[in-house]
Amino acid sequence: MEAAAGGGCGSGPPLLLSEGEQQCYSELFARCAGAAGGGPGSGPPEAARTVPGTVTAAAGPVADLFRASQLPAETLHQITELCGAKRVGYFGPTQFYIALKLIAAAQSGLPVRIESIKCELPLPRFMMSKTDAEIRFGNPAELHGTKVQIPYLITEKNTFKRMDDEDKQQETQSPTMSPLASPPSSPPHYQRVPLSHGYSKLRSSTEQMHPAPYEARQPLVQPEGPSSGAPGAKPPRHKASLIRSFSVEREPHDNSSNYPDEPWRITEEQREYYVNQFRSLQPDPSSFISGSVAKNFFTKSKLSIPELSYIWELSDADCDGALTLPEFCAAFHLIVARKNGYPLPEGLPPTLQPEYLQAAFPKPKRECTLFDSYSESMPANQQPRDLNRMEKLSIKDTADFPVPTQDVTSDDKQEQNKTRLALKSTADEALPKDMSEDPATSKDSNSLKARPRSRSYSSTSIEEAMKRGEDPPTPPPRPQKTHSRASSLDLNKVFQPSVPATKSGLLPPPPALPPRPCPSQISHHNVNSERSAHPKPPTQLPNYGDFRLQKQMSKPRHRELQEFPQGHPQQSEQVSEAEIHPQLNRAPSQVAESSPTKKDIPHSQPPSKPIRRKFRPENSATESQEPPSTVGPVSAASGKPHAAVQKQSSKQKKAIQTAIRKNKEANAVLARLNSELQQQLKEVHQERIALENQLEQLRPVTVL
Amino acid sequence: MAVCVAVIAKENYPLYIRSIPTENELKFHYMVHTSLDVVDEKISAMGKALVDQRELYLGLLYPTEDYKVYGYVTNSKVKFVMVVDSSNTALRDNEIRSMFRKLHNSYTDVMCNPFYNPGDRIHSRAFDSMVTSMMIQVC
Repeated sequence: MEAAAGGGCGSGPPLLLSEGEQQCYSELFARCAGAAGGGPGSGPPEAARTVPGTVTAAAGPVADLFRASQLPAETLHQITELCGAKRVGYFGPTQFYIALKLIAAAQSGLPVRIESIKCELPLPRFMMSKTDAEIRFGNPAELHGTKVQIPYLITEKNTFKRMDDEDKQQETQSPTMSPLASPPSSPPHYQRVPLSHGYSKLRSSTEQMHPAPYEARQPLVQPEGPSSGAPGAKPPRHKASLIRSFSVEREPHDNSSNYPDEPWRITEEQREYYVNQFRSLQPDPSSFISGSVAKNFFTKSKLSIPELSYIWELSDADCDGALTLPEFCAAFHLIVARKNGYPLPEGLPPTLQPEYLQAAFPKPKRECTLFDSYSESMPANQQPRDLNRMEKLSIKDTADFPVPTQDVTSDDKQEQNKTRLALKSTADEALPKDMSEDPATSKDSNSLKARPRSRSYSSTSIEEAMKRGEDPPTPPPRPQKTHSRASSLDLNKVFQPSVPATKSGLLPPPPALPPRPCPSQISHHNVNSERSAHPKPPTQLPNYGDFRLQKQMSKPRHRELQEFPQGHPQQSEQVSEAEIHPQLNRAPSQVAESSPTKKDIPHSQPPSKPIRRKFRPENSATESQEPPSTVGPVSAASGKPHAAVQKQSSKQKKAIQTAIRKNKEANAVLARLNSELQQQLKEVHQERIALENQLEQLRPVTVL
Repeated sequence: MAVCVAVIAKENYPLYIRSIPTENELKFHYMVHTSLDVVDEKISAMGKALVDQRELYLGLLYPTEDYKVYGYVTNSKVKFVMVVDSSNTALRDNEIRSMFRKLHNSYTDVMCNPFYNPGDRIHSRAFDSMVTSMMIQVC
């Protein structure tokens, strides 16, 4: 084989291989050549057919092998060039052996030169994927991390191979790809992942690209590598452009996912939340939160003081006793993590470092400035859209916050409250824009502190998990009863018409003597009221009487109009007023005159009216309304023969009844007052009971 | 290097005391306690005349057979006492000063923590790590 190889290549230098090397190389070559024949869509057709009769190793397996050597792509590229495969367009045995030798040289640390071949070199080490597991020359275990490189390197090699072998158009891609290959850090790995996937599988490439960065840490991606040699030339080329765009997208994510400490990463939603919290304490996001403010704030998280002290130590990187925004976010995040059960780290994780936080999330600062200037109503670039977006984000995102689902709904409300408060607070902050004036800021921040904190931490949520123990809610407002009134009860006040009347809401007590001019009405109404009052209990309040009287008044009103030129309201007032007394007096008078008035009951109203009218002119001159009213039924009851007697008795009765009426008034007033006072007494009793309860609760403590 | 490090409060009770755990620690505690008298003596000697110009570093408080005790007082009368092995001859005054300066800086960092109540024991891990670094500095 070696002779053939030497003869076959022609242009290459004589290859001296040791026994072990020969065996190894031949084996490898056979494997590659064998795999070429069996592989689906194996290798570029030209490679297999360029030199008919010569056994060539297909580019695919060869590329895999080279990738397994764990050499950087550049080196492999060089090796390919040197060994002559690029020139001839295929991997003949000579080229293959030279390449292997060069790989060995490279792995030994020697420069990739033709001269290196001449040296005595150890066998090249290849870390094979699972499919090629039989061939293991190196120690696969040690290069755990770099396993990731292999499929990508192979892909890289593969791409170069493809270019070399087939389309010269692909050469244009290779220069662009080689710079990608050169940086040794992780992003290129991820970049090549989509590339490899694209090359390997046409249809499923898009799907694979998505899990690719996440699988990258595991050697699962390797199986994709060897199969990358399968597809033909054209699809890879087509895919390359697509893939590059994907890879570009992936880079920022990749940088972030490099850190293994996932729980210490602050997501965007969390970040928003923290920034809002910061703003609630300190409106200027570029300024500090003082130690005491932060202490109060974080104490609400109900973590123990030593833990909080430790968290502070971790997060306050510059140890100045104040927290900047990134420090605050870090501290907040640590608290959240601790509340969720994560043990506190020994040192500040890299993702929580202030520099990292500031670098990774410059956006909130921009938003903050926009926010502040928006609050100042500076029209230029500010967009309320930002504000709304932030609000929505904060509201929505805290809902997505990965915290135990204690109270997400209330959290939304709280977040809304907070954002509204933050908005309000920043709106209030319109004047002192640059928080350079400490008194203003401290005053404002104090006011802001007081306001948002009392509102925002009142209920459950993430915040509840974090901060509790806010000021106890203000006690329910005391009943605004004027208890002093009870103590300073003045009998004079009792008879003051305005106060008790207004209190009870009743009409003011009517004057003692209603005006004369509507006796007939009164008589009408009195009769009516009497009729209606009969079946009613005597202790009725005048109110009831009023309504009924009012109703009844509506009937004969038209008559009143005719008879009396006075205004209706006046009349109705007077009548209503008058009715109260009759109502009041009606009861006792009814009792007193039950016997004479009983006869009135069966009388219907209309017929009694004309009767009373007759009496009206007789009595109206000297008597008041009530006497005529009382006289009315009396007269109606007794009839004509009693007229003379009734005159005397009516006078007496009139006097009696006026007195009775007055007493009734006083009674009513007193009754009202009594009810009020009783109400007050009840309230006082309740208060006393409450106080006694409190005392009871306190007493055991003090006694001990 | 340092065998024992102690931070004493103004009222002469220890805020932090830590020594190499391999030996009888109580001995170190006694040594620190007795050194307090020396510290007070030094303070009072200097303090009456020149309070402002009093240097924080007190220097060697007193030597014993095996150990040397150095002292340092802050302006708030918080004392740092360090017990050093006498056999360690490589230690110079400057190094001791630098160690005290580090101690002082760490102490101020602890003070900056709002969750730290002045007068409590110091439980700061950062402070611990700093002291550890001082104590095992020289193999």
